[in-house]
Amino acid sequence: MNITEKILARGAGKSSVSPDDVVFAKVDKVMMHDVSGPGVIKVFDKLQKQGISVDKLWDPTKVWVAEDHFVPSAEKVSAENIVKLSKFTKQYGIEKHFKYGMGQYGICHTISHEEAMVMPGDIYVGGDSHTNTTGALGAFACGLGHTDIAYVLLNGQIWFKVPETYYFKLNGKLPEHVMAKDLILKIIGEIGTDGGAYQTMQFGGSGIDEMSVESRLTMCNMTTEAGAKNGIVEPDQKVVDYLTQRGATNMNLVKGDDNAEYSKTFEFESSEMEPTVAKPFSPENICVVREAPSVELDKCYIGSCTGAKYEDLEAAARILKGRKVKIRTEILPAAISIYQRAMENGLLKIFLDAGATVGPPTCGACCGAHMGVLAKDEICISTTNRNFPGRMGHVESQTYLASPLVAAASAVTGKITDPRDL
Amino acid sequence: MESFKKVISIVTPLDKVNVDTDQIVPKQFLKLVQKSGFGKFLFFNWRYDEQENEKPDFVLNNPNYGNSQILVAGDNFGCGSSREHAVWALLDYGFSVIIAPSFADIFFSNCFKNGVLPITLDQKLVEKLLRETGVIEVDLENQTIKTPSDEISFEIDSYQKKILLEGLDDISLTFQYEDKILEFEKQSKVPSVL
Repeated sequence: MNITEKILARGAGKSSVSPDDVVFAKVDKVMMHDVSGPGVIKVFDKLQKQGISVDKLWDPTKVWVAEDHFVPSAEKVSAENIVKLSKFTKQYGIEKHFKYGMGQYGICHTISHEEAMVMPGDIYVGGDSHTNTTGALGAFACGLGHTDIAYVLLNGQIWFKVPETYYFKLNGKLPEHVMAKDLILKIIGEIGTDGGAYQTMQFGGSGIDEMSVESRLTMCNMTTEAGAKNGIVEPDQKVVDYLTQRGATNMNLVKGDDNAEYSKTFEFESSEMEPTVAKPFSPENICVVREAPSVELDKCYIGSCTGAKYEDLEAAARILKGRKVKIRTEILPAAISIYQRAMENGLLKIFLDAGATVGPPTCGACCGAHMGVLAKDEICISTTNRNFPGRMGHVESQTYLASPLVAAASAVTGKITDPRDL
Repeated sequence: MESFKKVISIVTPLDKVNVDTDQIVPKQFLKLVQKSGFGKFLFFNWRYDEQENEKPDFVLNNPNYGNSQILVAGDNFGCGSSREHAVWALLDYGFSVIIAPSFADIFFSNCFKNGVLPITLDQKLVEKLLRETGVIEVDLENQTIKTPSDEISFEIDSYQKKILLEGLDDISLTFQYEDKILEFEKQSKVPSVL
């Protein structure tokens, strides 16, 4: 069995599983946020009306809650949702509720690794499509809708169809100036936005061995944009060290068998990658940066679970150090812990000296919610994950998806710029 | 949830691939959590202009399709965000059947939680249905689609078929067995507080 099959088999209490088996598996961790949470509460209300008891959760210690999409609240509906969420976690005894304005908080997927909420080998589900991100720690991580999350909260189990696995063998260390974002855009460009539909996308090879945990998180985060059920990387010492630094102990590293089967294998020469962008209006619409259209950019957005981890901010700072931005540039660290490190290590000063604005952790304009959404005809270069029409604001705005290095280099010139050409 | 009955209606053709959930319900409506009333936000940016006037060239604004309950679309329908609001909006608007060559995983699963039938059909058959102007009949029990000129059969997982036909969802289905679950827990040697 491969790693995904092994994790699902363990959760289902079976000695082995194969692709297409439907298994009922125990969930180890479940997450909801300020959009899926109120949706779940609504499902609970409906069940209660049907006479079904929703008095207690299966295990409140395995549930954690993030506030990220609409925080800090810009208007009263969002504010009320946060109040609802707080009442819910209090009522059900959920202690791991990361509240904005009260110490550590941030984008749910970022909290999952920053706070070591998810361990290698876990079955982890979240009420958000980018839950796939956390598969980079060697867990089975996937997104679910509100009803499914409500079900898991009450029962602690859910069914899965064991996915087939596409194995992506990445050969060689990424060149300087190329980041995991460039590579995953390239992969999505090759296989298409439904190229991984219902599949596991597993990454391995020397390209992954050389990659930091945070880069692997970027890879798995964007498997969602290829339609994958989950993205995953076999855990190694880097994952152990990363989680140990964040207080984790007793990790159970699940790896695939030597004779693990994959329904397809793809090879990418990661050592030969070039800075890449996805043009509007699809993550598969890629080109190398040096062939990107010569458009006048209006904004640069460095944020989100995809592109505002510490490593991402450090990359942007390498470019922005001693330079000035030519277009509006917003940088939103994805969690308070990252914000703090950025402050301690002088990154915030570099950003402010360059003329950029630094905002609080939030999904913000990545999902077009608030904090810098785009106007009609505005063009943005962004370290986020989706560029569908209207994703970041007006339906006639445009977003180019890029790595933090490319985004920062473009902020300096006002045009889509290869960092090597600065 | 209401049990799924035969659906007899004309089809609304939405000849687009990769229709993502941001297009189905834009983000500004996600703060709302009531399940009803989302129909007015369905395909909001395609249906209305800046002043919220209807755009006449968008298919939902064509009065001929006013009572349609069947939406036919291209590959990878429902991709993107996991928002269940997308299914709520389709259902509230009046669509209870979505036909496409392929669906995004989370959207597909969300349909069954809300009494919407997603049907995966071969690309060629979908193309034919996109051009179908007559009334068609979708019969879940017999897994057939009858058009004025054809009868097409479709595949569906037997469990998913059952929950739609009986108007169940996973949660109410589990609670049908509540007595047995409680009995099992009583017999269990491990104290339930653990």
